[in-house]
Amino acid sequence: MSEVIHAGQQDDHHDDHHDHGPDKGLARWLFTTNHKDIGTLYLWFSFAMFLVGGVMALIIRTELFQPGLQFVNPEFFNQMTTNHGLIMVFGAIMPAFVGLANWLVPMQVGAPDMALPRMNNLSFWILPFAFGIMISTLFMEGGGPNFGWTFYAPLSTTYAPDSVTFFIFAVHLMGASSIMGSINIIATILNMRAPGMTLMKMPLFIWTWLITAYLLIAVMPVLAGAVTMMLFDIHFGTSFFNAAGGGDPVMFQHIFWFFGHPEVYIMILPAFGVISHIIPAFARKTLFGYDSMVYAVASIAFLSFIVWAHHMFTVGMPLAGQLFFMYTTMLIAIPTGVKVFNWTATMWRGSMTFETPMLFAIAFVVLFTIGGFSGLMLAITPVDYQYHDTYFVVAHFHYVLVPGALFSIIAAVYFWFPKWTGRMYNETLGKLHFWLSFIGVNITFFPQHFSGLAGMPRRIPDYPLQFADFNMVSSVGAFIFGFSQLFFLYVIIHGIRSGTPAKARAWEGAKGLEWTLPSPAPYHSFTKPPKVTDEEVHA
Amino acid sequence: MTTNAQSSEIKRTVRKLCLIVLAMAAFAWALVPLYDLFCEITGLNGKTGGPYTYDPATTSPDTSRLVKVNFITNTNQGMVWDFWSEKGGVRVHPGELKEVNFYVKNTTDRVMVGQAIPSLVPVSATQYFHKTECFCFNQQILQPGEEMAMPMRFIVGRELPKNVQSINLSYALFDITEAMGDAAVTGG
Amino acid sequence: MKQRISVAGGLVSLLTAGVATADELNLRPGVTDISQQVYDLHMTILWVCVVIGVAVFSVMFWSVIHHRRSAGYEAAKFHESTKLELAWTIVPTLILIGMAIPATQVLVAMYDTGGEDMTVEVRGYQWKWQYKYLDDDYNNTFSFFSNLATTQDEIQNRSAKGENYLLEVDNPLRIPMNRKVRFLITAEDVIHAWWVPDFGIKRDAVPGMLNELWTVVEEPGIYRGQCTELCGKDHGFMPVVVEVMEEADFDAWYAEEVANESVRQEALSKTFTHEELMAQGEEVYGTFCASCHQPNGQGVPPVFPSLVGSPYIVGPRDDHIKMVIEGVPGTAMQAFGRQLDAAQLAAVVHYERHSWGNDSDDITQPRDVIELSGE
Repeated sequence: MSEVIHAGQQDDHHDDHHDHGPDKGLARWLFTTNHKDIGTLYLWFSFAMFLVGGVMALIIRTELFQPGLQFVNPEFFNQMTTNHGLIMVFGAIMPAFVGLANWLVPMQVGAPDMALPRMNNLSFWILPFAFGIMISTLFMEGGGPNFGWTFYAPLSTTYAPDSVTFFIFAVHLMGASSIMGSINIIATILNMRAPGMTLMKMPLFIWTWLITAYLLIAVMPVLAGAVTMMLFDIHFGTSFFNAAGGGDPVMFQHIFWFFGHPEVYIMILPAFGVISHIIPAFARKTLFGYDSMVYAVASIAFLSFIVWAHHMFTVGMPLAGQLFFMYTTMLIAIPTGVKVFNWTATMWRGSMTFETPMLFAIAFVVLFTIGGFSGLMLAITPVDYQYHDTYFVVAHFHYVLVPGALFSIIAAVYFWFPKWTGRMYNETLGKLHFWLSFIGVNITFFPQHFSGLAGMPRRIPDYPLQFADFNMVSSVGAFIFGFSQLFFLYVIIHGIRSGTPAKARAWEGAKGLEWTLPSPAPYHSFTKPPKVTDEEVHA
Repeated sequence: MTTNAQSSEIKRTVRKLCLIVLAMAAFAWALVPLYDLFCEITGLNGKTGGPYTYDPATTSPDTSRLVKVNFITNTNQGMVWDFWSEKGGVRVHPGELKEVNFYVKNTTDRVMVGQAIPSLVPVSATQYFHKTECFCFNQQILQPGEEMAMPMRFIVGRELPKNVQSINLSYALFDITEAMGDAAVTGG
Repeated sequence: MKQRISVAGGLVSLLTAGVATADELNLRPGVTDISQQVYDLHMTILWVCVVIGVAVFSVMFWSVIHHRRSAGYEAAKFHESTKLELAWTIVPTLILIGMAIPATQVLVAMYDTGGEDMTVEVRGYQWKWQYKYLDDDYNNTFSFFSNLATTQDEIQNRSAKGENYLLEVDNPLRIPMNRKVRFLITAEDVIHAWWVPDFGIKRDAVPGMLNELWTVVEEPGIYRGQCTELCGKDHGFMPVVVEVMEEADFDAWYAEEVANESVRQEALSKTFTHEELMAQGEEVYGTFCASCHQPNGQGVPPVFPSLVGSPYIVGPRDDHIKMVIEGVPGTAMQAFGRQLDAAQLAAVVHYERHSWGNDSDDITQPRDVIELSGE
């Protein structure tokens, strides 16, 4: 968390404010319009949600430890799988990336704060209410949402528990928060960059967030439309998705995945940005192929709009549709591959050291790529008929999300920790956290590829005997991984409390305007725009 | 914190972005009729479209081939009526007008309203299957114990691709009594 | 570095998976031409991915070992190369095109639906499958439900699990080998999905919509799959079991079933003894009712009411029959009138009224049910 800093300010007073630190106590956090505070709020909130979603995952893996029903009944199990997905996607990964954006975007572009600081506060504070509502549905009569995080109709409309209305409300709230946050990010990036920072000199993290923010404002309204149509079907007698009234359950899937596919790129593009900062820093070498990296991210974002039905290959689409979506989905491998090659080329003939952020970043490149390969396999329609709705899909998306998105978030936290807190975390503890996570994540998810290929469907609380061994292994891995994240919490708190004071440029090879600021960064930074040198930003 | 010039730039950006949000929201709702339109034009969702006007003067049967048309009747979501067709399937010439009777019976002791929803495979045949009269165009109101015969008249277009030799038409009968409200059951 | 070894280990596993076709590791080649083509395509893509992965990770691995500060390596200055960017854009594109061609061929082959020898309608229910056989003129000949046969005792760990735990049913679908069988797939309530891994086919069962699937199975045997679309509470408990028979055996079985169908029709006017009703009722109850109302009739109130001394049991028999026939829309109590014939309905109602301490005076015969359903 950012300290109160009066000394070390490099700027003059501005307007007719004289410098004041943040408010004291609870009021500071409720009413703050400071991007650093709000970034901190998002990050701690996302970590709390990550733990909640993680407990749900452990309940799932406990039940799946052995064949037979031992701990929970199938109705509750369905609530766990549904809410685990919803909380991790909307409560952990997305807010964590927004937290990173809040902390880093103004500093990296040389701006004093976000474009709309008060709306920034609102964007955050909606979330605890949204998730309070969502989690409370588990305690309502009839139980919480139990139809998968993808909530297909009519299971989520005609056959849904009463709490579905609260679920819809919570989704609307989260969507509003995301949309407002994205508007803020775009307005900041487009209008508040320090003079001299042209678009093609922006740090990669800024580029990835700019593009991600556009994706968000494009597709969150579509999600809002889908859940509103659900609401109408449930309460107002319409028949958007109800076959009886002439509606179409398959239309739900089209509308949902039109949102849903860009959504998964929303969850990975900022990760690409983070990695593109960390690898050059620890290789002491400029990112290879900056221009290509920007074009690759833009192509991925564009392509993400025309692949959605690859989530629906078994629904009964005609041949032409299947082929179209197979081809466009395969195409995404190209810009993604370009990025992996560019990161590798950045490492190549660098002068590398392997501090914790770099370990997580390298693991990201390897393990995300494995997730990408299973994605490419899934893209091949005729074989997808065998993979669809099995644990092969579960393995794929967990590889791209956990050692993918999550590892990049963890890497970012370690990397920018000295800038945010003014202290270094303990490197030995950080490395231990890395190895526990790396081992845990692979033990958990690698066997799931095999279970899926062997024929195990997803979203089932109990399974035939031939899947027992790998399920047991996976469950053991889940507990290792889960507890290693509690260890992460310890590493962070230990670092905040008793880490050694950090330099401004805490990492020798780190480049970027934020590294010209003291560590910790002043409460108000860049109140006067900094000078943008080629040395500091990408030349 | 921001200069006046920056302020107005920011406002302009925000306005444009809000427009994008509204446009995408409108697009989401537009997806509903767009989807229906796309399905109507391409026949991709197996729905066979509305009433067809048949002009016997211009259509004559193609006697060179016969196409099997199979009827599947089902009730959905626990709808308790009996629902069956007089024949499981017929063989027709493309261009020939055919009539098949379907029957529904309300086996309960209350007035109920049913709606039949068609679905056709193969998808390539949907465009060529024309119904001049179908009970699926309307709701069916049945008194307790009432049984009704519902003719369905159709014609398979002559342009049906040669490689389509059989067509399956399914009707799923739903209970829409509640959705129709009181007026439907007390009125005519 | 351990990390490299773990990665290499993972890759070796993938490689061995390619060679071994052990039950637990890999897709199976299956018993149809399509499933074999799909398997071959899967192995091809898998190898392509493994080779590319090994190549790229080897470069990284090498770099991590040799290009380290601790080894005194000085960082180079290069940070772009249009030639390289073009190379690693064009080469992957060519590889993808190479993969897309066989993929397209297999998909086109899968879409070749005409010329079937027989048709079966497959209907997904919460939480079982119904199979309806159609003759050449597409009339319904007979149909039956295919329910999970694994007992609650096994699921609740009170008895040992059988070999085909969760993959066994009371009535499997039976089809002949070497004939093109077409499946027309739909659903009664929510979206389900029908999958037989050994045939290489899977399709969603969408309520109100018909989907088409076909297969030609080259080897007789019993093949097992599962529902693969979340459909509610017992999504994991509605397996797909297909028995593929030699053609002559199938024809004989089919003829027998057609004959049995008329016997079933006759049973509807029969008068059964109390013992016969209790025996059949217990069987029907165990299959259709026990997972909610429990084998001891006590249910899981308030969601699944108890049947012990309940108003319907104690009250008039006809109300009880109607409840079972019509269900309660919007709840898990389905309209069993659509799933059970009059003999089964009479038996299960009779069984409930005379079990667990319930002791009604009445007896329920198929004709009572038929009268009530207004035939």
